[in-house]
Amino acid sequence: MPNATLASNLASHLVKSASVTRTEIPGTTLLKWFYDMALIREFEVRCMQAYQDKKIGGFCHVYIGQEAVAVGCVAALEHRDPIVTAYRDHGHALARGMHPKHCMAEMFGRIGGCAKGKGGSMHMFDKANNLYGGHGIVGAQCPLGAGLAFATKYEDEVIKGGKSDRVTMCFLGDGALNQGALHEAKNLAGLLDLPVIFVVENNGYSMGTAIERGTTMAHKIITKAMGYGMEGIEVDGMDVLNVYASMKDLCDRVRATSRPAFVDMRTYRYKGHSMSDPRKYRGREEEEQYEAEDPIGKLQKFIKDRKVATAAEIETIVDRVKVDVRDAVAWADASPAPGLEELYHDVYVEKWGPYTGTSLPEMLRESGVRSQE
Amino acid sequence: MANLTLVQAINLALVQEMEKDDRVIILGEDVGPNGGVFRVTEGLHKRFGSSRVVDSPLAESGIIGTSIGLAMAGLRPVPEIQFEGFLGPAYDQICSHAARMRTRTRGAFTVPLTIRIPVGGGIHAPELHSDSPEAIYAHTPGLKVVMPSSPYDAKGLLISAIRDPDPVMFFEPKRIYRAFREEVPEDEYTIPIGKARTVCEGDDLTIVSWGASVVQCMQAIEKSGKSIELIDLRTIYPFDMDAIEASVKKTGRCVIVHEAPKTCGFGAEIAARIMEKCFLYLEAPVQRVAGFDTIMPYYKLELEYMPDTARIARAIEDVGAY
Repeated sequence: MPNATLASNLASHLVKSASVTRTEIPGTTLLKWFYDMALIREFEVRCMQAYQDKKIGGFCHVYIGQEAVAVGCVAALEHRDPIVTAYRDHGHALARGMHPKHCMAEMFGRIGGCAKGKGGSMHMFDKANNLYGGHGIVGAQCPLGAGLAFATKYEDEVIKGGKSDRVTMCFLGDGALNQGALHEAKNLAGLLDLPVIFVVENNGYSMGTAIERGTTMAHKIITKAMGYGMEGIEVDGMDVLNVYASMKDLCDRVRATSRPAFVDMRTYRYKGHSMSDPRKYRGREEEEQYEAEDPIGKLQKFIKDRKVATAAEIETIVDRVKVDVRDAVAWADASPAPGLEELYHDVYVEKWGPYTGTSLPEMLRESGVRSQE
Repeated sequence: MANLTLVQAINLALVQEMEKDDRVIILGEDVGPNGGVFRVTEGLHKRFGSSRVVDSPLAESGIIGTSIGLAMAGLRPVPEIQFEGFLGPAYDQICSHAARMRTRTRGAFTVPLTIRIPVGGGIHAPELHSDSPEAIYAHTPGLKVVMPSSPYDAKGLLISAIRDPDPVMFFEPKRIYRAFREEVPEDEYTIPIGKARTVCEGDDLTIVSWGASVVQCMQAIEKSGKSIELIDLRTIYPFDMDAIEASVKKTGRCVIVHEAPKTCGFGAEIAARIMEKCFLYLEAPVQRVAGFDTIMPYYKLELEYMPDTARIARAIEDVGAY
């Protein structure tokens, strides 16, 4: 099995949290996490269907299997803390509070989408929720993460004259471990004491390349934090309680010390890299091993065992998720495609930018769009 | 002869060059057992092994930088970058190093490197997966820039590129990767870099195009019923000005069609050259049909962005009636 080290390490890398124990987490919080994780899963299932129905164009990278990471990490942050992530970003957007209808409309390329249907699956942005995207180039978001942390620290300390009080969470995949941009970002963060956490969502594969085949020290990637003078922890990302507890502790430390940190978040994507990936590079047996660790099933069991909710109450949540996602699909379907004029908007700050006068493009002239303004 | 898609023709060229010359090696993300993101290198890993078909880490700058080292030491690397948008991280290595190495070393070192890159829109993908950046590289002295529009040309041009002593950007229009098949000789053959192809001859008007747009031009010409000469540039740089000049002097009218944004697109260079060389022969201003000067839009607006037969037909009418 190409990913044997990943599998065998899952159990042994549980980070035991000192300050938060599993029993301290309130029932309402557990139920919210359950809703969020079930929402992400259902959203992705419907995305896969919509992709098959050709409602979603190009590429679609689903988050199924990794739900505990986004939900647990977001829960460990304050709303004011910035988040930036890579292209497998629907889960982060939903966990951060983007309405599923805006997320789905973006998938469908409709004007109601969070990026007016002009970005698509990989470009989920939500300014109101401090989500700074969704980025398509592997690793390219990492220096942005350092920059966001620099900005919050500057604003808190220099402009407001107080103490740095925000943590930036920068998600990346294990493929990004090998991009120069990450190393430049880590160095700067270490050098300038930036309060940023680089969370490697280590699902074991960069597209079809198993981590051992593309990355040195794959069994111990936190060694890649040490050289930049930052703390590194390993977390079992298949258990939301564990993700939350470990990340809450880490966020507290980063907030207090303004030192960057690095997380090897062990997780697994159940589906292919994208919808066009037949997963020839791994066996069904390996997938089943992780499906048995399913983070949603695990949380559901915990909720039942702790008697936070009855089976019927859980069923109600599952039903609500289905309705909410169905509504999102219907809303996205009803949202129109962006008009031609949208090709020219938001390229520059000024609405029509340089696309005026004699340089007004022939398409707009012909379609008469401009005259309707 | 075999009836091949563009993907199969490229695959065949790679196989033949690797069999012929063991200095030819392939690097890239998932190019090995997985056969690359568009399955262009399918079967090569099995045939040539992991020392010659190298799955690289996900690191474009590293892939190209390493390839430059390989090439300077005498190998013939053919790295694959998954999408033209991913050239960004590798830009420094391509433009600051590969392109300039020969000049910088006063001819002591040369970089026989062929970078294969799927290019252009038409597959419903968003920006960074649908762009047409050929003019950026044509604007970089030291590089050669090639973009085939058919399986036959793809095989012959790729073999030429691999054998070429200078770095070649080999752009593969992903929209026509599997759109149609064509008879492609089993035997090796080359198509010279820098030579255009006259797709069809005509007397009334010249169309100059390249890549997937050539297919749109052919359809527009067919519908027009006019006598139009279509020149497929095949090599963007160094480009075949002789072919363009001869044609435009004959027809007196020219339309240039490309997918990249119009401003500073390579059509601008061609239009300027036509003005320099054919001014007194022109019956009408040269017109360009191009992508618009915005970011390639996602999916729902994609077909509005790219030159289509209707826009080409309109340009044919306008220029013809001038």
